[in-house]
Amino acid sequence: MSQLSLALVRLGFLILLWSLVLMAIAVLRADIYGTRVTRRGRGLAPGNHERKGTAVAPSRLSTGIKGAKASAAAPRQLHLAVTEGPLEGTAIPLGESPISIGRAPTSTLVIDDDYCSARHARVYREGDTWWIEDLGSTNGTFIDDARLYDPIEAKPGIRIRLGATELEVRE
Amino acid sequence: MAIVADLRIRSSRRTEAVLLVVAVVLVVSAYMLVGVGATGGLPPNVYVLGLGTVVAATGAHLALRRWASAADPVILPVTLALNGLGLAMIYRLDLAHADTASPTSFAPRQLAWTVISMSVAIAIVALLRDHRLMRRFTYTAMAVGLGLLLLPLVPGLGVERRGAHLWIDVAGLSLQPAELAKIALAVFFAGYLVANRHSLALAGPRVLGLRFPRARDLGPLLLAWIASLAVLVYQRDLGTSLLFFGLFLAMVYVATARLSWVLLGCGLFVAGAIVAGMVFSHVADRYDIWLHALDPEVYARSPGGSEQLVRGLFGLASGGLFGTGLGEGMPSQVPFAESDFIVSSLGEELGLVGLSAILCLYVILVQRALRTSLGLRDGFGKLLAAGLGFSMALQVFVVVGGVTRVIPLTGLTTPFLAYGGSSLLSNWVIIALLIRISDGARRVEVFDR
Repeated sequence: MSQLSLALVRLGFLILLWSLVLMAIAVLRADIYGTRVTRRGRGLAPGNHERKGTAVAPSRLSTGIKGAKASAAAPRQLHLAVTEGPLEGTAIPLGESPISIGRAPTSTLVIDDDYCSARHARVYREGDTWWIEDLGSTNGTFIDDARLYDPIEAKPGIRIRLGATELEVRE
Repeated sequence: MAIVADLRIRSSRRTEAVLLVVAVVLVVSAYMLVGVGATGGLPPNVYVLGLGTVVAATGAHLALRRWASAADPVILPVTLALNGLGLAMIYRLDLAHADTASPTSFAPRQLAWTVISMSVAIAIVALLRDHRLMRRFTYTAMAVGLGLLLLPLVPGLGVERRGAHLWIDVAGLSLQPAELAKIALAVFFAGYLVANRHSLALAGPRVLGLRFPRARDLGPLLLAWIASLAVLVYQRDLGTSLLFFGLFLAMVYVATARLSWVLLGCGLFVAGAIVAGMVFSHVADRYDIWLHALDPEVYARSPGGSEQLVRGLFGLASGGLFGTGLGEGMPSQVPFAESDFIVSSLGEELGLVGLSAILCLYVILVQRALRTSLGLRDGFGKLLAAGLGFSMALQVFVVVGGVTRVIPLTGLTTPFLAYGGSSLLSNWVIIALLIRISDGARRVEVFDR
């Protein structure tokens, strides 16, 4: 092989190496621009919830991430958002499977809080409705300051408190 | 600590397939270029090895489709590329040694270890269905980790090489148990800290705006410090010592978000390292090589001279910006070019441009680990993913820093690139755990689709 073509092949290899790097970074771009990061320990004021929730959606759309796809296909898509406590800022979409909440490491939402029971509560689906049920927890689950004894329907806007954690059902 | 709110990602296996194709092409062309550069023709078994790479990539990809369909799409291709580049460079050094008095056959052994390691990694992904199960083995992991760490000191089993007691010889195989201890201790730290982080984070006096821990909570920190100094003194290896203490500090910091722990830990480590340098001559030698590498008397001293380090620097210098081209430099001039100095071998033949790309691949891997940690919903997994990611970052820093004279040279291996079975195996295990954890972190979103 001539000296020139060898030099070109060498250069081509470096370009290939960098193209792998750049392609990987392109995949990660969604991560860097497509998510909302909530700082821990800086609680959202109760009145701010709705305003923040609506402010986020358009900004995510503007980054080109297909975030709104699911909500467009299923308008009744519910979320369980943690608004207070150690996991503040986390949100879990209510999809097909039930969501268990508690200290047990096998829970869907693992709450590291001494005032929570290992299996504290669960959110499950029956037909088209979602229900919240207390699983006989020691310190109780509270819905808008009233202790929960029987399962109630998870409607948007409902506030669930267990230990130091507060959850909110959102659309 | 911050938490990322709901993130919706399309199933990423197709993205992974595309990246894998690029990685496979990269690896096979590196192998071909090595042959062309060093011998003037294609390597004799290029078709077999090319096919083997394709089979390995396809197998791993299908395994992930089957057992970890939500896992991160970037981790596997990047790892495969690094491992393949390392193999090509090791093969290139074999070719260089072939004409000398002592020919080597590192590449076939490294290839065998790659096959073993990838199989083990796939088995872990298939068998470990939930990373949270590992929390049950917190204290078992501690015992295993400390045992592995101390194994090279057992008489009859441990072997001394180049002044360091890092290896054991089992049935003709030479292993570096500290590599596997790294994983066990990361599991232990994660399990321990997730249970005890509140007392470490919240109690204690405030000084100059920093909350310092209470004296009685300092126990674990002091224990980790003593253990890492014991490694430094008895196994004579600064790198392993730095790696374990750094891993512990990083995980305490992630668990408590208290800067005071990091400041205290770094202070302790620096003090310990300075005292060790004054008391032990082998540590002092390392500092001397680092600070006065180019002095003629330090260069000529044997043993304990700076010849290896300086030859590595010459190699990097002759590579320049774009490198000499694969197979066309003289990386075999550096002693241990296939293990400790593989970074300078790659730097010589791929140049600064190529070496920067390789470092970028590491950055991407570490970023994926930390990102996985952010997306998780359980404390144990968060700490474990962050710890594993940080240990890889620290290891790369210690090795590349040592070779380029940023810090004293140590005996750690470059993950995936360097020749060495135990290092390859333990790093593939880390990758398997990260894939499993990232699958857990992203699974909720996939249910939702």
